[in-house]
Amino acid sequence: MEKELWKGNEAIAEAAIRAGCDCFFGYPITPQSEVPEYMSAHLPKAGGVFVQSESEVAAINMVYGAAGAGMRAMTSSSSPGISLKQEGISYIAGAELPCVIVNCMRGGPGLGTIQPGQGDYYQATRGGGNGDYRTLVLSPSNVQEAVDYVQEAFDIADQYRNPVMVVMDGLIGQMMEPIEWHEVPKRDLAPKDWATTGRKDRDHNNIINSLYMDPEECDRHNDHLAEKYAAMEKNEVRWSETDCDDAEVVITAYGTPARIALTAIETLRSEGLKVGLFRPITLWPFPEEALRKLAKSDHVKAFVDVEMSSTGQMIDDVRLAVEGRKPVHYLGHAGGVMPTVEEMVEAAKKALKEVK
Amino acid sequence: MTAKEICSHRLTIVTGHYGTGKTEFSVNLALALADEGEQVMMADLDIVNPYFRSRERKALLEDAGIRLICSSQACSDADVPALPAEVLTILENRDVRGVLDIGGDPVGARVLARFRPKILQEDHQLVYVLNANRPEVREPENAIAYLRAIEATTGLTCGGIVNNTHLCGETTEHEIRKGADLAERVSEETGIPVLCHVAEERFADHLRDLREPVFPITIKMKKPWEL
Repeated sequence: MEKELWKGNEAIAEAAIRAGCDCFFGYPITPQSEVPEYMSAHLPKAGGVFVQSESEVAAINMVYGAAGAGMRAMTSSSSPGISLKQEGISYIAGAELPCVIVNCMRGGPGLGTIQPGQGDYYQATRGGGNGDYRTLVLSPSNVQEAVDYVQEAFDIADQYRNPVMVVMDGLIGQMMEPIEWHEVPKRDLAPKDWATTGRKDRDHNNIINSLYMDPEECDRHNDHLAEKYAAMEKNEVRWSETDCDDAEVVITAYGTPARIALTAIETLRSEGLKVGLFRPITLWPFPEEALRKLAKSDHVKAFVDVEMSSTGQMIDDVRLAVEGRKPVHYLGHAGGVMPTVEEMVEAAKKALKEVK
Repeated sequence: MTAKEICSHRLTIVTGHYGTGKTEFSVNLALALADEGEQVMMADLDIVNPYFRSRERKALLEDAGIRLICSSQACSDADVPALPAEVLTILENRDVRGVLDIGGDPVGARVLARFRPKILQEDHQLVYVLNANRPEVREPENAIAYLRAIEATTGLTCGGIVNNTHLCGETTEHEIRKGADLAERVSEETGIPVLCHVAEERFADHLRDLREPVFPITIKMKKPWEL
């Protein structure tokens, strides 16, 4: 098929429509506003429902309702707007409903900046809402992956009856890239016999709820959720490795920084320096075992974690995987300032020098 | 053919569907005009896109002696659709060649309506940038519908089509030729001439057979991983 040029946010919206998204509820915020804009123009034509809600809080609760009725529901926002949705996400996870949430991340905290950021890693992987819940988090590093992951996210959400987040820095939402529309693998999904679609000829009422008055029942419910999360950790972990087989320094990065790292690695390799990239694709479940394997290998001497964050957030997961076996260095910027190829080259060289 | 001959009016107003590459063309056009000895001013009137705007290349333009007018420095990264008063200097100062980079779509082109009376008094040309790889304008009828919507919003008449068909780093000669076909069909339907075909310098020599001139560019709006 011929490639087409798409803007990231428009492509995500089109991908969701192609994946059978029935309902989209959203509210404008830069740099993701093209998602609701595109949805408003195209989802109704495809037979779906678009609502521009009065707020992000309303949007996520509309998702809660639509998902409960068995619809494929989606919302999108950018960092401060995703903060507002956290309560709803916790409820949706508690009520075991599938939905897709896109976060086109900008700089924070607070209103921060409209330029790209990655400061929502904790929020996405640890959950900003209350209680013991997890959201599966996919992180594309280009527009093609964003398109593919958004389509898959609906199936993953349905399979586990759990919210799936697609997080990307604002650059991926805003940039133009050639993409190809191809079939994404479809999963074998159970019918949604739990949906609140009217009693009809069932012998019981379907009820969507996250409230358990009996502590033991709530405990059992949490155990059940924990089993689901364990299954996701077992089955859904994804990552990619580039030039890691003989690498002495491994850069860990996701999203746009991972893409910048590929150029840095080309430069470093051309100078004879053995540097590779480890890129988590699922931020949760984090590819802990795969990274630990690299940490245990003799050839890897050090890690350099790179994020669009001032303090680093994913670095915690990197350290948990590395378990102190090798030094973990950090390079990062916030506020929309992106780590450069030169900075990565320099950081890798410095890390290498320290262990030689 | 020189840039001055391709865009032969004092004011070149660059419009089109977003993602067609208006900013890349505008920046290259301003630089080419400056290189030909013209006194050039450029205005970034993009109120639609928060990223990849010509103001990101302010230093490059200023080094070439081009004055860039955009929203105030403090707000250069804000999504506030405010326009600077200095835009009028481009419209009023007849000693300068002006390149006006307009945001995408009729929505982005709306900013021009305010300046319409002034623009009409000047030697100007509204240019419509086409990219045949953008799904919403790849068919002639859709491309023409967009063009007419931009004209309706701005109250200005389009005077030229620029074929800027590309696929970012994956552009081939074939893509540019595909765009030339689309531009020709739009031109036949509307009677608006094709001004040029934009091509990275590496392709320019292979496209000499095209009827209209090739406008050679080098990529200025680079992504952070592109060296």
